[in-house]
Amino acid sequence: MIYQGKQKIWSDYQKEIPDNHWFYVRSCIRQSFFPASEHYFLKICRDLLDRDIYESAHHTTCGGIAYHCDTIPQETAMTIVARQFALMTEAGYENLVTSCITSFGNYTEILETWREFPELEARVREHLWKSCRREFRKPVYLAHASDLVYKLRDEIAARARFSLVDKETGEPLKIVEHIGCHYSKMFPHKGVGGAEYPCVLSGMAEAWGGKVIDYPERRHCCGFGFRQYLVKANRGYSMSNTYKKFESMEPYHPDVIITNCPGCPFFLDRWQYVISEQEGKTYGPDGHGIPVLTYEELAGLVLGFDPWDLGLQVHQVGPEPLLDKMGIPYDPSAKYNGLDRKKLMTPGLPAVLKCC
Amino acid sequence: MEKKVLYLLNMGKLFDELSKDYRFKEGFKTCINCGTCTAICPAAEFYKYDPRKILDIVQRKDDDEILALLKSETIWYCGECMSCMTRCPRKNAAGLVIMALRNLSAKLGYFTCSEKGRQLYPLTKVLTGNILKLGYCVHPDTYKYEDHPESGPVFKWVLDNKEEVYGRLGANYGRQGTGALRVIPKEDLDELQAIFDETGATERIDFVEKCSEQKAREMGMTMEEYGKYTFEHCSRGHFNDE
Ligand code: SF4
Ligand code: SF4
Repeated sequence: MIYQGKQKIWSDYQKEIPDNHWFYVRSCIRQSFFPASEHYFLKICRDLLDRDIYESAHHTTCGGIAYHCDTIPQETAMTIVARQFALMTEAGYENLVTSCITSFGNYTEILETWREFPELEARVREHLWKSCRREFRKPVYLAHASDLVYKLRDEIAARARFSLVDKETGEPLKIVEHIGCHYSKMFPHKGVGGAEYPCVLSGMAEAWGGKVIDYPERRHCCGFGFRQYLVKANRGYSMSNTYKKFESMEPYHPDVIITNCPGCPFFLDRWQYVISEQEGKTYGPDGHGIPVLTYEELAGLVLGFDPWDLGLQVHQVGPEPLLDKMGIPYDPSAKYNGLDRKKLMTPGLPAVLKCC
Repeated sequence: MEKKVLYLLNMGKLFDELSKDYRFKEGFKTCINCGTCTAICPAAEFYKYDPRKILDIVQRKDDDEILALLKSETIWYCGECMSCMTRCPRKNAAGLVIMALRNLSAKLGYFTCSEKGRQLYPLTKVLTGNILKLGYCVHPDTYKYEDHPESGPVFKWVLDNKEEVYGRLGANYGRQGTGALRVIPKEDLDELQAIFDETGATERIDFVEKCSEQKAREMGMTMEEYGKYTFEHCSRGHFNDE
Protein backbone atom coordinates (compact mmCIF):
# COMPACT_ATOMS: atom_id res chain seq x y z
CA MET A 1 0.00 0.00 0.00
CA ILE A 2 1.31 3.51 -0.84
CA TYR A 3 0.62 6.15 1.81
CA GLN A 4 0.68 9.91 1.23
CA GLY A 5 0.63 13.06 3.39
CA LYS A 6 -0.50 12.54 6.97
CA GLN A 7 -1.31 8.94 6.14
CA LYS A 8 2.37 8.51 5.27
CA ILE A 9 3.48 9.89 8.63
CA TRP A 10 1.07 7.64 10.48
CA SER A 11 2.01 4.63 8.37
CA ASP A 12 5.12 4.31 10.56
CA TYR A 13 2.76 3.52 13.41
CA GLN A 14 0.64 1.00 11.52
CA LYS A 15 1.37 -2.67 11.39
CA GLU A 16 0.13 -5.06 8.78
CA ILE A 17 -1.40 -8.04 10.51
CA PRO A 18 -2.47 -10.93 8.28
CA ASP A 19 -6.00 -12.04 8.91
CA ASN A 20 -5.49 -15.79 9.09
CA HIS A 21 -3.18 -18.86 9.21
CA TRP A 22 -0.85 -18.51 12.14
CA PHE A 23 1.73 -20.75 13.81
CA TYR A 24 1.31 -20.23 17.57
CA VAL A 25 4.07 -20.44 20.19
CA ARG A 26 3.20 -20.41 23.89
CA SER A 27 4.63 -18.46 26.81
CA CYS A 28 6.27 -20.13 29.84
CA ILE A 29 4.94 -17.42 32.15
CA ARG A 30 1.43 -17.21 30.72
CA GLN A 31 1.08 -21.01 30.86
CA SER A 32 2.18 -21.09 34.48
CA PHE A 33 0.20 -18.11 35.81
CA PHE A 34 -2.69 -17.53 33.37
CA PRO A 35 -3.15 -20.81 31.46
CA ALA A 36 -6.82 -20.08 30.69
CA SER A 37 -5.76 -16.98 28.78
CA GLU A 38 -3.97 -19.06 26.17
CA HIS A 39 -6.87 -21.51 26.12
CA TYR A 40 -9.36 -18.71 25.47
CA PHE A 41 -7.17 -16.98 22.91
CA LEU A 42 -7.33 -20.15 20.84
CA LYS A 43 -11.00 -20.73 21.58
CA ILE A 44 -11.98 -17.19 20.53
CA CYS A 45 -9.83 -17.15 17.40
CA ARG A 46 -10.50 -20.71 16.27
CA ASP A 47 -13.99 -21.62 17.42
CA LEU A 48 -15.71 -18.26 17.51
CA LEU A 49 -13.99 -16.31 14.74
CA ASP A 50 -13.03 -19.26 12.57
CA ARG A 51 -9.31 -18.53 12.22
CA ASP A 52 -6.64 -21.16 11.57
CA ILE A 53 -4.08 -21.19 14.36
CA TYR A 54 -1.71 -24.12 14.51
CA GLU A 55 0.26 -25.37 17.51
CA SER A 56 3.05 -27.94 17.32
CA ALA A 57 3.48 -30.33 20.24
CA HIS A 58 7.24 -30.07 19.63
CA HIS A 59 7.78 -26.38 20.29
CA THR A 60 9.57 -25.34 23.46
CA THR A 61 10.50 -22.24 25.41
CA CYS A 62 12.20 -19.59 23.26
CA GLY A 63 14.79 -19.31 26.02
CA GLY A 64 14.06 -15.56 26.35
CA ILE A 65 14.05 -15.40 30.11
CA ALA A 66 17.30 -17.36 30.39
CA TYR A 67 18.77 -15.08 27.72
CA HIS A 68 17.73 -11.89 29.53
CA CYS A 69 19.06 -13.32 32.79
CA ASP A 70 22.38 -13.63 30.94
CA THR A 71 22.63 -17.37 31.54
CA ILE A 72 22.89 -18.50 27.90
CA PRO A 73 24.97 -17.11 25.03
CA GLN A 74 23.23 -15.14 22.27
CA GLU A 75 23.80 -17.85 19.66
CA THR A 76 22.10 -20.41 21.91
CA ALA A 77 18.99 -18.23 22.18
CA MET A 78 19.07 -17.69 18.42
CA THR A 79 19.34 -21.39 17.63
CA ILE A 80 16.41 -22.26 19.94
CA VAL A 81 14.34 -19.68 18.05
CA ALA A 82 15.62 -20.98 14.70
CA ARG A 83 14.28 -24.38 15.74
CA GLN A 84 10.84 -22.88 16.33
CA PHE A 85 11.06 -21.33 12.83
CA ALA A 86 11.92 -24.79 11.48
CA LEU A 87 8.81 -26.28 13.12
CA MET A 88 6.75 -23.48 11.56
CA THR A 89 8.29 -24.13 8.12
CA GLU A 90 7.76 -27.89 8.43
CA ALA A 91 4.09 -27.31 9.31
CA GLY A 92 3.63 -25.15 6.18
CA TYR A 93 3.07 -21.77 7.88
CA GLU A 94 4.70 -18.40 7.32
CA ASN A 95 3.04 -16.20 9.97
CA LEU A 96 4.23 -16.63 13.52
CA VAL A 97 2.29 -15.42 16.54
CA THR A 98 3.77 -15.47 20.03
CA SER A 99 1.90 -15.56 23.33
CA CYS A 100 4.77 -13.95 25.22
CA ILE A 101 6.10 -10.40 24.92
CA THR A 102 9.61 -11.48 25.91
CA SER A 103 9.43 -14.00 23.05
CA PHE A 104 8.05 -11.38 20.69
CA GLY A 105 10.93 -9.04 21.59
CA ASN A 106 13.41 -11.90 21.32
CA TYR A 107 12.18 -13.03 17.88
CA THR A 108 12.10 -9.41 16.66
CA GLU A 109 15.61 -8.71 17.93
CA ILE A 110 16.91 -11.88 16.30
CA LEU A 111 15.35 -11.12 12.90
CA GLU A 112 16.64 -7.53 13.02
CA THR A 113 20.14 -8.66 14.03
CA TRP A 114 20.22 -11.19 11.20
CA ARG A 115 19.10 -8.51 8.75
CA GLU A 116 22.01 -6.36 9.82
CA PHE A 117 24.53 -9.19 10.18
CA PRO A 118 23.70 -11.95 7.67
CA GLU A 119 26.86 -13.85 8.61
CA LEU A 120 25.33 -14.49 12.03
CA GLU A 121 22.17 -15.93 10.49
CA ALA A 122 24.35 -18.23 8.39
CA ARG A 123 26.17 -19.39 11.51
CA VAL A 124 22.90 -20.09 13.34
CA ARG A 125 21.61 -22.06 10.34
CA GLU A 126 24.76 -24.17 10.59
CA HIS A 127 24.29 -24.62 14.37
CA LEU A 128 20.71 -25.76 13.83
CA TRP A 129 21.66 -28.19 11.13
CA LYS A 130 24.49 -29.68 13.17
CA SER A 131 22.44 -30.00 16.36
CA CYS A 132 18.95 -30.86 15.07
CA ARG A 133 19.27 -31.59 11.34
CA ARG A 134 16.62 -28.95 10.68
CA GLU A 135 16.31 -26.06 8.21
CA PHE A 136 13.98 -23.09 8.24
CA ARG A 137 12.44 -20.16 6.44
CA LYS A 138 12.05 -16.95 8.40
CA PRO A 139 8.49 -15.89 9.17
CA VAL A 140 6.99 -13.45 6.69
CA TYR A 141 4.93 -11.89 9.49
CA LEU A 142 5.65 -11.87 13.17
CA ALA A 143 2.95 -10.77 15.57
CA HIS A 144 2.20 -10.84 19.24
CA ALA A 145 -1.14 -12.47 20.11
CA SER A 146 -2.42 -9.07 21.29
CA ASP A 147 -1.87 -7.77 17.72
CA LEU A 148 -4.24 -10.45 16.51
CA VAL A 149 -6.89 -9.68 19.13
CA TYR A 150 -6.48 -5.98 18.24
CA LYS A 151 -7.09 -6.90 14.61
CA LEU A 152 -10.20 -8.88 15.61
CA ARG A 153 -11.48 -6.32 18.13
CA ASP A 154 -14.46 -5.22 16.06
CA GLU A 155 -15.49 -8.80 15.34
CA ILE A 156 -15.34 -9.40 19.09
CA ALA A 157 -17.32 -6.20 19.74
CA ALA A 158 -19.98 -7.37 17.29
CA ARG A 159 -20.47 -10.54 19.38
CA ALA A 160 -20.12 -8.84 22.79
CA ARG A 161 -22.60 -9.66 25.54
CA PHE A 162 -21.12 -7.16 27.99
CA SER A 163 -19.29 -3.91 27.51
CA LEU A 164 -16.76 -1.93 29.48
CA VAL A 165 -19.44 0.34 30.86
CA ASP A 166 -20.65 0.85 34.43
CA LYS A 167 -24.14 -0.60 34.27
CA GLU A 168 -25.36 1.67 37.10
CA THR A 169 -24.14 4.99 35.73
CA GLY A 170 -23.83 4.21 32.01
CA GLU A 171 -20.34 5.74 32.10
CA PRO A 172 -17.43 4.03 30.32
CA LEU A 173 -15.11 2.15 32.70
CA LYS A 174 -11.75 3.78 33.35
CA ILE A 175 -9.06 1.56 31.89
CA VAL A 176 -5.32 1.59 32.51
CA GLU A 177 -3.48 -0.16 29.71
CA HIS A 178 0.03 -1.41 30.37
CA ILE A 179 2.13 -2.49 27.41
CA GLY A 180 5.04 -4.87 28.01
CA CYS A 181 8.36 -3.07 27.44
CA HIS A 182 9.63 -5.57 24.87
CA TYR A 183 6.54 -5.10 22.70
CA SER A 184 7.72 -1.91 21.01
CA LYS A 185 10.38 -0.12 23.05
CA MET A 186 13.17 -1.96 21.24
CA PHE A 187 11.82 -1.85 17.70
CA PRO A 188 8.96 0.69 17.67
CA HIS A 189 7.95 -0.02 14.06
CA LYS A 190 7.15 -3.63 14.99
CA GLY A 191 4.29 -2.71 17.34
CA VAL A 192 0.86 -1.23 16.56
CA GLY A 193 1.27 2.49 17.24
CA GLY A 194 5.02 2.21 17.88
CA ALA A 195 6.55 3.09 21.23
CA GLU A 196 5.08 6.60 21.31
CA TYR A 197 1.43 5.83 20.59
CA PRO A 198 0.95 2.13 21.23
CA CYS A 199 -2.73 1.47 20.62
CA VAL A 200 -2.78 -2.30 20.69
CA LEU A 201 -4.57 -2.38 24.07
CA SER A 202 -6.26 1.03 24.03
CA GLY A 203 -7.79 0.04 20.67
CA MET A 204 -9.36 -3.03 22.28
CA ALA A 205 -10.52 -1.13 25.37
CA GLU A 206 -12.20 1.58 23.30
CA ALA A 207 -13.77 -0.88 20.85
CA TRP A 208 -15.39 -2.63 23.82
CA GLY A 209 -16.77 0.54 25.40
CA GLY A 210 -14.07 1.64 27.88
CA LYS A 211 -12.22 4.90 28.33
CA VAL A 212 -8.43 4.82 28.56
CA ILE A 213 -6.68 6.77 31.31
CA ASP A 214 -3.52 8.70 30.59
CA TYR A 215 -1.34 9.02 33.69
CA PRO A 216 2.26 10.18 34.21
CA GLU A 217 3.94 6.78 34.56
CA ARG A 218 1.87 5.09 31.86
CA ARG A 219 4.92 3.82 29.97
CA HIS A 220 7.06 2.95 32.99
CA CYS A 221 8.21 -0.67 33.24
CA CYS A 222 6.23 -2.97 35.58
CA GLY A 223 9.58 -3.80 37.19
CA PHE A 224 10.05 -7.45 36.18
CA GLY A 225 13.67 -6.81 35.27
CA PHE A 226 14.32 -10.58 34.78
CA ARG A 227 17.10 -11.22 37.37
CA GLN A 228 15.59 -8.34 39.42
CA TYR A 229 12.51 -10.44 40.11
CA LEU A 230 13.76 -14.00 39.80
CA VAL A 231 16.45 -13.59 42.46
CA LYS A 232 14.88 -13.14 45.88
CA ALA A 233 17.53 -10.63 46.99
CA ASN A 234 16.64 -8.25 44.14
CA ARG A 235 12.86 -8.16 44.34
CA GLY A 236 12.78 -4.70 45.93
CA TYR A 237 13.55 -3.36 42.43
CA SER A 238 10.53 -5.09 40.99
CA MET A 239 8.14 -3.95 43.70
CA SER A 240 9.45 -0.38 43.76
CA ASN A 241 8.70 0.05 40.07
CA THR A 242 5.16 -1.29 40.44
CA TYR A 243 4.67 0.97 43.46
CA LYS A 244 5.73 3.97 41.40
CA LYS A 245 3.13 3.13 38.77
CA PHE A 246 0.33 2.62 41.28
CA GLU A 247 1.06 5.87 43.08
CA SER A 248 0.92 7.61 39.71
CA MET A 249 -2.36 6.04 38.53
CA GLU A 250 -4.16 6.17 41.90
CA PRO A 251 -5.65 9.70 41.51
CA TYR A 252 -7.41 8.60 38.29
CA HIS A 253 -9.34 5.76 40.05
CA PRO A 254 -8.96 3.06 37.42
CA ASP A 255 -11.58 0.30 37.33
CA VAL A 256 -9.25 -2.22 35.71
CA ILE A 257 -5.72 -2.58 34.33
CA ILE A 258 -5.13 -4.56 31.14
CA THR A 259 -1.79 -5.85 29.97
CA ASN A 260 -0.36 -7.65 26.96
CA CYS A 261 2.77 -9.13 28.53
CA PRO A 262 2.30 -12.33 30.56
CA GLY A 263 4.61 -11.15 33.33
CA CYS A 264 3.17 -7.66 33.90
CA PRO A 265 -0.29 -8.80 35.12
CA PHE A 266 1.40 -11.12 37.60
CA PHE A 267 3.61 -8.35 39.03
CA LEU A 268 0.96 -5.62 38.97
CA ASP A 269 -1.41 -8.02 40.73
CA ARG A 270 0.95 -9.59 43.26
CA TRP A 271 2.84 -6.46 44.26
CA GLN A 272 -0.51 -4.88 45.15
CA TYR A 273 -0.88 -7.78 47.59
CA VAL A 274 2.62 -7.27 49.01
CA ILE A 275 2.17 -3.47 49.29
CA SER A 276 -1.08 -4.09 51.18
CA GLU A 277 0.64 -6.52 53.57
CA GLN A 278 3.67 -4.28 54.12
CA GLU A 279 2.14 -0.81 54.06
CA GLY A 280 -1.52 -1.52 54.71
CA LYS A 281 -2.30 0.32 51.49
CA THR A 282 -4.80 -0.74 48.82
CA TYR A 283 -5.52 1.03 45.54
CA GLY A 284 -9.16 0.15 44.85
CA PRO A 285 -12.23 1.27 46.82
CA ASP A 286 -13.06 -0.25 50.25
CA GLY A 287 -9.92 -2.29 50.75
CA HIS A 288 -10.01 -3.90 47.31
CA GLY A 289 -7.20 -3.72 44.79
CA ILE A 290 -7.38 -2.70 41.14
CA PRO A 291 -8.05 -5.87 39.12
CA VAL A 292 -5.31 -6.61 36.58
CA LEU A 293 -6.41 -8.64 33.57
CA THR A 294 -4.81 -10.11 30.50
CA TYR A 295 -6.35 -8.95 27.20
CA GLU A 296 -7.61 -12.49 26.59
CA GLU A 297 -9.45 -12.42 29.92
CA LEU A 298 -10.97 -9.06 29.05
CA ALA A 299 -12.07 -10.30 25.61
CA GLY A 300 -13.52 -13.39 27.27
CA LEU A 301 -15.52 -11.32 29.77
CA VAL A 302 -16.90 -9.08 27.04
CA LEU A 303 -17.92 -12.17 25.08
CA GLY A 304 -19.75 -13.57 28.09
CA PHE A 305 -17.55 -16.51 29.13
CA ASP A 306 -17.71 -17.56 32.78
CA PRO A 307 -15.16 -15.57 34.85
CA TRP A 308 -13.98 -18.73 36.63
CA ASP A 309 -13.48 -20.58 33.35
CA LEU A 310 -11.38 -17.60 32.27
CA GLY A 311 -9.22 -18.08 35.37
CA LEU A 312 -9.96 -14.85 37.21
CA GLN A 313 -9.78 -16.76 40.50
CA VAL A 314 -6.01 -17.22 40.14
CA HIS A 315 -5.42 -13.49 40.50
CA GLN A 316 -4.72 -12.30 44.04
CA VAL A 317 -6.75 -9.12 43.53
CA GLY A 318 -10.41 -10.15 43.37
CA PRO A 319 -12.19 -9.31 40.09
CA GLU A 320 -15.67 -9.12 41.70
CA PRO A 321 -15.98 -5.30 41.84
CA LEU A 322 -15.27 -5.18 38.10
CA LEU A 323 -17.75 -7.99 37.36
CA ASP A 324 -20.41 -6.20 39.41
CA LYS A 325 -19.84 -2.94 37.57
CA MET A 326 -20.12 -4.64 34.18
CA GLY A 327 -23.18 -6.57 35.34
CA ILE A 328 -21.58 -9.95 34.71
CA PRO A 329 -23.24 -12.76 36.69
CA TYR A 330 -21.00 -15.22 38.58
CA ASP A 331 -21.37 -17.96 41.14
CA PRO A 332 -19.20 -17.12 44.20
CA SER A 333 -19.46 -20.70 45.47
CA ALA A 334 -17.88 -22.03 42.24
CA LYS A 335 -14.87 -19.70 42.33
CA TYR A 336 -12.40 -22.19 43.76
CA ASN A 337 -13.81 -25.40 42.27
CA GLY A 338 -11.50 -27.90 40.64
CA LEU A 339 -12.13 -30.13 37.65
CA ASP A 340 -15.75 -31.20 37.12
CA ARG A 341 -16.93 -28.78 39.81
CA LYS A 342 -15.01 -30.69 42.50
CA LYS A 343 -14.89 -28.71 45.76
CA LEU A 344 -11.36 -27.87 46.81
CA MET A 345 -10.04 -26.30 49.99
CA THR A 346 -10.20 -22.56 49.40
CA PRO A 347 -7.01 -20.45 49.44
CA GLY A 348 -5.90 -18.53 52.50
CA LEU A 349 -6.88 -14.87 52.68
CA PRO A 350 -4.52 -11.89 52.70
CA ALA A 351 -4.45 -9.88 55.92
CA VAL A 352 -5.41 -6.56 54.34
CA LEU A 353 -6.42 -6.87 50.70
CA LYS A 354 -10.09 -7.77 50.27
CA CYS A 355 -10.37 -10.57 47.74
CA CYS A 356 -14.08 -10.91 47.06
CA MET B 1 39.84 -20.59 33.81
CA GLU B 2 43.62 -20.10 33.97
CA LYS B 3 43.88 -20.39 30.20
CA LYS B 4 41.28 -17.69 29.75
CA VAL B 5 42.94 -15.27 32.18
CA LEU B 6 46.33 -15.81 30.53
CA TYR B 7 44.87 -15.16 27.13
CA LEU B 8 43.43 -11.97 28.43
CA LEU B 9 46.66 -10.78 30.00
CA ASN B 10 48.46 -11.36 26.74
CA MET B 11 45.87 -9.58 24.76
CA GLY B 12 44.90 -6.74 27.07
CA LYS B 13 42.15 -5.65 24.74
CA LEU B 14 38.86 -5.95 26.51
CA PHE B 15 37.28 -3.36 24.28
CA ASP B 16 38.08 -5.50 21.23
CA GLU B 17 36.54 -8.49 22.97
CA LEU B 18 33.39 -6.50 23.68
CA SER B 19 33.27 -5.31 20.08
CA LYS B 20 32.87 -8.89 18.87
CA ASP B 21 29.52 -9.20 20.64
CA TYR B 22 26.64 -8.51 18.23
CA ARG B 23 24.68 -6.81 21.01
CA PHE B 24 27.56 -4.41 21.39
CA LYS B 25 27.69 -3.82 17.63
CA GLU B 26 23.96 -3.09 17.68
CA GLY B 27 23.79 -1.14 20.91
CA PHE B 28 26.91 1.01 20.84
CA LYS B 29 27.36 3.89 18.43
CA THR B 30 28.58 7.21 19.82
CA CYS B 31 27.37 8.50 23.15
CA ILE B 32 26.94 12.26 23.50
CA ASN B 33 26.54 11.98 27.27
CA CYS B 34 23.11 13.57 27.25
CA GLY B 35 21.81 11.39 30.10
CA THR B 36 18.43 10.63 28.51
CA CYS B 37 18.92 6.91 29.13
CA THR B 38 19.60 7.54 32.82
CA ALA B 39 16.58 9.81 33.11
CA ILE B 40 14.22 7.13 31.80
CA CYS B 41 15.91 4.10 33.39
CA PRO B 42 13.89 2.20 36.05
CA ALA B 43 17.09 0.76 37.50
CA ALA B 44 18.81 4.15 37.86
CA GLU B 45 15.98 5.40 39.98
CA PHE B 46 16.58 2.85 42.72
CA TYR B 47 20.08 1.46 42.27
CA LYS B 48 23.45 3.20 42.20
CA TYR B 49 23.37 2.81 38.48
CA ASP B 50 23.92 5.24 35.65
CA PRO B 51 23.77 3.88 32.08
CA ARG B 52 25.17 7.16 30.73
CA LYS B 53 28.36 6.64 32.74
CA ILE B 54 28.67 3.06 31.56
CA LEU B 55 28.40 4.08 27.90
CA ASP B 56 30.95 6.81 28.54
CA ILE B 57 33.42 4.44 30.19
CA VAL B 58 33.07 1.99 27.34
CA GLN B 59 33.59 4.62 24.66
CA ARG B 60 36.85 5.71 26.31
CA LYS B 61 38.13 2.21 25.43
CA ASP B 62 40.26 2.12 28.57
CA ASP B 63 40.86 -1.52 29.45
CA ASP B 64 41.47 -0.87 33.13
CA GLU B 65 38.13 0.88 33.44
CA ILE B 66 36.34 -1.82 31.45
CA LEU B 67 37.96 -4.46 33.67
CA ALA B 68 36.63 -2.63 36.72
CA LEU B 69 33.16 -2.70 35.16
CA LEU B 70 33.36 -6.45 34.53
CA LYS B 71 34.12 -6.96 38.23
CA SER B 72 31.58 -4.39 39.43
CA GLU B 73 28.13 -4.57 41.00
CA THR B 74 26.80 -1.89 38.67
CA ILE B 75 26.55 -3.90 35.44
CA TRP B 76 24.14 -6.28 37.19
CA TYR B 77 21.61 -3.59 38.20
CA CYS B 78 19.98 -3.17 34.76
CA GLY B 79 16.57 -4.80 34.26
CA GLU B 80 17.01 -5.25 30.48
CA CYS B 81 13.68 -3.51 29.90
CA MET B 82 15.19 -1.65 26.92
CA SER B 83 13.32 1.57 27.70
CA CYS B 84 16.62 3.35 27.00
CA MET B 85 16.74 2.02 23.45
CA THR B 86 13.63 3.96 22.43
CA ARG B 87 14.88 7.30 23.65
CA CYS B 88 18.59 7.56 22.89
CA PRO B 89 19.14 10.33 20.34
CA ARG B 90 22.19 8.46 19.01
CA LYS B 91 20.46 5.09 18.68
CA ASN B 92 22.52 3.46 21.41
CA ALA B 93 20.98 0.78 23.56
CA ALA B 94 22.54 0.82 27.01
CA GLY B 95 20.65 -2.40 27.81
CA LEU B 96 22.34 -4.23 24.94
CA VAL B 97 25.76 -2.89 25.96
CA ILE B 98 25.06 -4.20 29.47
CA MET B 99 24.23 -7.62 28.02
CA ALA B 100 27.57 -7.65 26.21
CA LEU B 101 29.41 -6.59 29.40
CA ARG B 102 27.65 -9.27 31.45
CA ASN B 103 28.41 -11.87 28.82
CA LEU B 104 32.11 -10.97 28.93
CA SER B 105 32.09 -10.94 32.72
CA ALA B 106 30.58 -14.44 32.71
CA LYS B 107 32.91 -15.68 29.96
CA LEU B 108 36.03 -14.51 31.79
CA GLY B 109 34.92 -15.46 35.30
CA TYR B 110 34.81 -11.92 36.73
CA PHE B 111 31.16 -12.24 37.74
CA THR B 112 32.19 -13.84 41.04
CA CYS B 113 33.89 -10.57 42.09
CA SER B 114 30.54 -8.90 42.90
CA GLU B 115 27.56 -9.86 45.04
CA LYS B 116 25.07 -9.23 42.22
CA GLY B 117 27.32 -10.98 39.71
CA ARG B 118 27.47 -14.09 41.92
CA GLN B 119 23.70 -14.42 41.46
CA LEU B 120 24.51 -15.81 38.04
CA TYR B 121 25.03 -19.17 39.77
CA PRO B 122 21.48 -19.71 41.11
CA LEU B 123 19.99 -18.14 37.96
CA THR B 124 21.96 -20.43 35.66
CA LYS B 125 21.15 -23.49 37.72
CA VAL B 126 17.41 -22.88 37.79
CA LEU B 127 16.81 -21.49 34.31
CA THR B 128 19.06 -23.75 32.26
CA GLY B 129 17.92 -26.67 34.44
CA ASN B 130 14.30 -25.88 33.59
CA ILE B 131 15.05 -25.57 29.88
CA LEU B 132 16.98 -28.82 29.62
CA LYS B 133 14.79 -30.92 31.95
CA LEU B 134 11.35 -29.52 31.12
CA GLY B 135 11.63 -27.42 27.93
CA TYR B 136 10.36 -24.33 29.78
CA CYS B 137 12.19 -21.34 31.34
CA VAL B 138 9.63 -21.12 34.13
CA HIS B 139 7.37 -23.98 35.22
CA PRO B 140 5.12 -24.54 38.25
CA ASP B 141 6.93 -27.80 39.10
CA THR B 142 10.10 -25.88 39.96
CA TYR B 143 8.51 -22.62 41.17
CA LYS B 144 8.53 -23.04 44.93
CA TYR B 145 6.15 -21.05 47.09
CA GLU B 146 8.82 -20.76 49.85
CA ASP B 147 11.03 -18.90 47.37
CA HIS B 148 8.08 -16.80 46.16
CA PRO B 149 5.89 -15.75 49.09
CA GLU B 150 4.91 -12.69 47.03
CA SER B 151 2.96 -14.99 44.72
CA GLY B 152 0.34 -14.93 47.45
CA PRO B 153 -1.98 -17.44 49.12
CA VAL B 154 -3.83 -17.85 45.85
CA PHE B 155 -0.74 -19.18 44.10
CA LYS B 156 0.02 -21.46 47.01
CA TRP B 157 -3.48 -22.82 46.42
CA VAL B 158 -2.73 -23.29 42.70
CA LEU B 159 0.51 -25.13 43.48
CA ASP B 160 -1.19 -27.30 46.11
CA ASN B 161 -3.89 -28.27 43.57
CA LYS B 162 -2.00 -28.24 40.28
CA GLU B 163 -3.84 -31.08 38.53
CA GLU B 164 -7.25 -29.75 39.50
CA VAL B 165 -6.69 -26.05 38.90
CA TYR B 166 -4.67 -26.31 35.70
CA GLY B 167 -7.10 -28.98 34.49
CA ARG B 168 -10.07 -26.72 35.08
CA LEU B 169 -8.35 -23.84 33.29
CA GLY B 170 -7.92 -25.77 30.06
CA ALA B 171 -4.22 -26.59 30.45
CA ASN B 172 -2.75 -29.96 29.48
CA TYR B 173 -0.56 -30.09 32.59
CA GLY B 174 1.60 -33.19 32.81
CA ARG B 175 0.27 -34.83 29.64
CA GLN B 176 1.52 -35.42 26.09
CA GLY B 177 0.26 -33.47 23.08
CA THR B 178 -0.38 -29.79 22.59
CA GLY B 179 -1.69 -27.28 25.15
CA ALA B 180 -0.46 -25.24 28.09
CA LEU B 181 2.03 -26.93 30.44
CA ARG B 182 2.10 -30.11 28.37
CA VAL B 183 5.03 -32.48 28.82
CA ILE B 184 7.63 -31.64 26.19
CA PRO B 185 8.72 -34.89 24.49
CA LYS B 186 12.12 -36.39 25.25
CA GLU B 187 13.26 -36.07 21.61
CA ASP B 188 12.67 -32.30 21.77
CA LEU B 189 14.58 -31.98 25.04
CA ASP B 190 17.42 -33.91 23.38
CA GLU B 191 17.44 -31.32 20.59
CA LEU B 192 17.66 -28.51 23.16
CA GLN B 193 20.62 -30.31 24.77
CA ALA B 194 22.27 -30.66 21.35
CA ILE B 195 21.74 -26.91 20.73
CA PHE B 196 23.32 -26.14 24.13
CA ASP B 197 26.31 -28.35 23.30
CA GLU B 198 26.75 -26.88 19.83
CA THR B 199 26.39 -23.18 20.70
CA GLY B 200 28.52 -22.92 23.82
CA ALA B 201 25.78 -22.94 26.48
CA THR B 202 26.94 -26.23 28.00
CA GLU B 203 30.48 -24.91 28.24
CA ARG B 204 29.15 -21.67 29.80
CA ILE B 205 27.10 -23.55 32.41
CA ASP B 206 30.13 -25.64 33.40
CA PHE B 207 32.37 -22.58 33.59
CA VAL B 208 29.90 -20.59 35.73
CA GLU B 209 29.66 -23.59 38.04
CA LYS B 210 33.43 -24.03 38.28
CA CYS B 211 34.02 -20.34 39.06
CA SER B 212 31.21 -20.43 41.62
CA GLU B 213 32.67 -23.52 43.31
CA GLN B 214 35.98 -21.73 43.66
CA LYS B 215 34.27 -18.65 45.12
CA ALA B 216 32.21 -20.79 47.50
CA ARG B 217 35.44 -22.37 48.77
CA GLU B 218 36.94 -18.91 49.31
CA MET B 219 33.82 -17.90 51.24
CA GLY B 220 33.92 -21.12 53.26
CA MET B 221 30.54 -22.35 52.05
CA THR B 222 29.18 -25.57 50.62
CA MET B 223 27.53 -25.20 47.21
CA GLU B 224 24.12 -25.52 48.80
CA GLU B 225 24.91 -22.71 51.24
CA TYR B 226 26.41 -20.62 48.44
CA GLY B 227 23.34 -21.10 46.22
CA LYS B 228 20.99 -20.05 49.01
CA TYR B 229 23.17 -17.13 50.09
CA THR B 230 23.59 -15.70 46.61
CA PHE B 231 19.85 -16.06 45.97
CA GLU B 232 18.74 -14.43 49.21
CA HIS B 233 21.37 -12.11 50.58
CA CYS B 234 21.32 -8.38 49.84
CA SER B 235 24.03 -6.28 51.50
CA ARG B 236 23.56 -2.61 52.23
CA GLY B 237 24.91 -0.13 49.72
CA HIS B 238 23.23 -1.04 46.44
CA PHE B 239 20.43 1.53 46.59
CA ASN B 240 20.61 5.28 45.96
CA ASP B 241 19.37 6.13 49.44
CA GLU B 242 21.85 3.87 51.29
S1 SF4 C 1 20.74 8.48 25.81
FE1 SF4 C 1 22.25 7.72 24.32
S2 SF4 C 1 23.60 9.46 23.84
FE2 SF4 C 1 22.43 10.02 25.70
S3 SF4 C 1 23.79 9.37 27.42
FE3 SF4 C 1 22.43 7.64 27.00
S4 SF4 C 1 23.56 6.36 25.54
FE4 SF4 C 1 24.56 8.37 25.53
S1 SF4 D 1 17.53 -1.69 29.70
FE1 SF4 D 1 18.68 -1.36 31.57
S2 SF4 D 1 19.75 0.57 31.22
FE2 SF4 D 1 18.08 0.49 29.72
S3 SF4 D 1 16.35 1.55 30.71
FE3 SF4 D 1 16.12 -0.65 31.14
S4 SF4 D 1 17.11 -0.95 33.15
FE4 SF4 D 1 17.85 1.04 32.33
